[in-house]
Amino acid sequence: MKITVNVWRQKNAKTKGTIVKYNVDHVSPDMSFLEMLDVLNQQLIARGEEAIAFDHDCREGICGSCGVVINGYAHGGQQATTTCQLHMRSFKDGDEITVEPWRAKAFPVIKDLVVDRGAFDRIIRAGGFISAGTGSAPDANSTPVAKESADLAFDAAQCIGCGACVAACPNASAMLFTAAKVSHLGLLPQGQPERKTRVLNMVAQMDTEGFGGCTNIGECSAACPKEIGLHFIGRLNRDLLGASLTGGSSVD
Amino acid sequence: MTIETKPQVDSRSSVTYTDARLNANIPAGPIEQKWSKHKFEMKLVNPANRRKYTIIVVGTGLAGGAAAATLGEMGYNVQAFCYQDSARRAHSIAAQGGINAAKNYRNDGDSVYRLFYDTIKGGDFRAREANVYRLAELSVNIIDQCVAQGVPFAREYSGYLDNRSFGGAQVARTFYARGQTGQQLLIGAYQSLSRQVAAGTVKLNERTEMLDVIVIDGRARGIITRDMVTGKIESHVADAVILATGGYSNVFYLSTNAKGCNVTAAWRAHKRGAFFANPCYTQIHPTCIPVSGDHQSKLTLMSESLRNDGRVWVPKQAGDNRAPEQIPEDERDYYLERRYPSYGNLAPRDISSRAAKQVCDEGRGVGPGGLGVYLDFSDAIKRLGENAIRARYGNLFDMYERITGENPYKSPMRIYPAVHYTMGGLWVDYNLMSTIPGLFVGGEANFSDHGANRLGASALMQGLADGYFVLPSTIGNYLATGGYDKVDQSHPAVQEALNEVTQRTQKLLDINGTRSVDSFHRELGNIMWEYCGMSRTKEGLTHALKLIPELREQFWNDVRVLGSGNELNQELEKAGRVADFIELGELMCRDALERAESCGGHFREESQTPDGEALRNDDEYCYVSAWEHMGDPSQAVLHKENLEFENVKLATRSYK
Repeated sequence: MKITVNVWRQKNAKTKGTIVKYNVDHVSPDMSFLEMLDVLNQQLIARGEEAIAFDHDCREGICGSCGVVINGYAHGGQQATTTCQLHMRSFKDGDEITVEPWRAKAFPVIKDLVVDRGAFDRIIRAGGFISAGTGSAPDANSTPVAKESADLAFDAAQCIGCGACVAACPNASAMLFTAAKVSHLGLLPQGQPERKTRVLNMVAQMDTEGFGGCTNIGECSAACPKEIGLHFIGRLNRDLLGASLTGGSSVD
Repeated sequence: MTIETKPQVDSRSSVTYTDARLNANIPAGPIEQKWSKHKFEMKLVNPANRRKYTIIVVGTGLAGGAAAATLGEMGYNVQAFCYQDSARRAHSIAAQGGINAAKNYRNDGDSVYRLFYDTIKGGDFRAREANVYRLAELSVNIIDQCVAQGVPFAREYSGYLDNRSFGGAQVARTFYARGQTGQQLLIGAYQSLSRQVAAGTVKLNERTEMLDVIVIDGRARGIITRDMVTGKIESHVADAVILATGGYSNVFYLSTNAKGCNVTAAWRAHKRGAFFANPCYTQIHPTCIPVSGDHQSKLTLMSESLRNDGRVWVPKQAGDNRAPEQIPEDERDYYLERRYPSYGNLAPRDISSRAAKQVCDEGRGVGPGGLGVYLDFSDAIKRLGENAIRARYGNLFDMYERITGENPYKSPMRIYPAVHYTMGGLWVDYNLMSTIPGLFVGGEANFSDHGANRLGASALMQGLADGYFVLPSTIGNYLATGGYDKVDQSHPAVQEALNEVTQRTQKLLDINGTRSVDSFHRELGNIMWEYCGMSRTKEGLTHALKLIPELREQFWNDVRVLGSGNELNQELEKAGRVADFIELGELMCRDALERAESCGGHFREESQTPDGEALRNDDEYCYVSAWEHMGDPSQAVLHKENLEFENVKLATRSYK
């Protein structure tokens, strides 16, 4: 196949970026989207132009490193698929494809398609953990967890922190990301002691980072490669309300 | 919970070594008491004094993330580094199947001793008994710790934890979280690490690559890093350094490792004096999605857990290219079930991989190029229904379909072996300290626990045992023993290391040749796969040892790295890594050539039984190869740590 790609090129955080058009010949339908970019980069290097920078690592859809906006859709719009798992067989010979970085105030562009997602780490640091120091754990089977709760916690825990939810949201809100962690830990007995402070602190950090508010549009969940459900946002809101009423105290 | 152990026997440590630096420091006494006794005998650092010690941790996967979090909890001043944009993305995240632990929750006869035995046997008797026993012992604590952190392991309707079986074991001791066990364990460690970052005990440096170790008066005292966004090259000094920087499978270019996985940290340490052990021990995983074309950038693994329900087969007749559904049952060869009736499709990885290569070499492979075998679920779907299979492996089946465009519920998967893990790594003693005092190595980056072949679901176990439990104990002993002076950035050795890294980086940019970094990496990968892959010969390895130095020469004369050093420059990052891979590749071939026996993942064609099984040679090769750098891989000197088996009898490893 022959493909035309319009790629966002930006030298660094300080300079302005622009869309540049490239032709890529010899695209195989079995290539992943990132392998198509690899081929383009080899062409650029051969003619003495700098390769396009993009984040990627595991290329199996689990590390959460990759992620670009393809034709307006975060990760390209194929359901439950990260950019690295999107394959060129989803495109046709002669297609023109536009590739841009995540767009959000809280995710500044570093170079080309690479953005800074450090805000996500800071949200987790604000409370996205259970304070179980190494060595203090009781036997793993001492606390049975209902399968239904454990499975639902797992659904939330699948978040790979890629940032597609933020990129897809018209408000650039990080609500789905935060809700996934609040729900994962809040659904387990081990997560109860810190449940209220956790949600208050994580939401406060989310606001500090400059993410937008949630207006229940649902684009986040549609773009999520791990199909994290909107119902988790409902859980977060319920926890947030409860925690706000008691000022974060676990004693009612 | 009951843990059975073998009756106590009085055995002194009798490991012999040919070089004083290869003293494994194995505590004396019966194997089941070594670790407890050692923990008591080690010196401690008073809680109030811990913040006065700085410990550098490179890598934030299971070993590094767990070590950094735990050392932070203990009150040490920790500096952690990772090349990814977030600590949560280290490649441990990609492990699918599970983590072993000798909990015996199934009541099926498991015990610490049995896990120890299975691991020693699985490693083809090329691992150190004392380290492996400790690993089995700690396995139970790992599961407890992870559950306490909120890792959502699979559970039964009772609410208790579920288990599955894995290759090389006849008990169900593998804990799992759907097909994303590594992800869930890593997120657990990352959350603990995040808590310590917030508490101020850990300073985390993301998008920062380690490019050298600082050695002062023979001890590791810090590292040199490059900030991958600004290009700034900086020095960091400390009291001790931990490398938890993963394996080197990417020396083959195509592997199941993440694209960024590299050997640079370990290789730089090797060049500063850390011995590299058993570099030729690589694991080829039997169930990966076959290569689809020249554009292939990496390979994707399909979890070994699939072999619980999938049956591996090829046509009996060479050249039979009918569609799989059209090949009648009696014209199929379920070769693993045929050759290894007691383990069947769950034969260990090295054996299954070699068997796949053999049938493909006979012209019976399937799919494009004949490099594939079927992994067929039709019997399991008939027996259990499609929904049961979907519940067990749904995400893996989806991934297969996304990559290949084929539906594995309807037709069998095609799989082929791919490089997956490296058992070799930096040599460490029982305390996980390398031959450079103060330089500790954990997880896949060290060589310690898996011998010549790693069993499934053991990598996660080892990474977390090292990170949560071993390193935090042994580092305290090193620090409390003291004997070294305080140093700061102005020390001449720090400046010298800084200058070397700066010059090397500039040199890569100045070559301005004609060939891309990737083209060199692919060429190296082809040489390694051809001559140092699933099967190796004296002739092939000798040939590779001629090709690799030529490639290195070409690389340093003709590589093209565009852009500058003062910015995000992914080609520059890759160039430094590939330069180190080329040197490592040469050492791997030397090690593979020197070890003229077959063991585990290392198969020398000259050393096989009449029916094509690996033939070990315990009289001549029952040792760990530890290579000392002498200026060039061709000059590296081999030292040997003899392996003594006091608890497990050396035996032919049979899964028939």
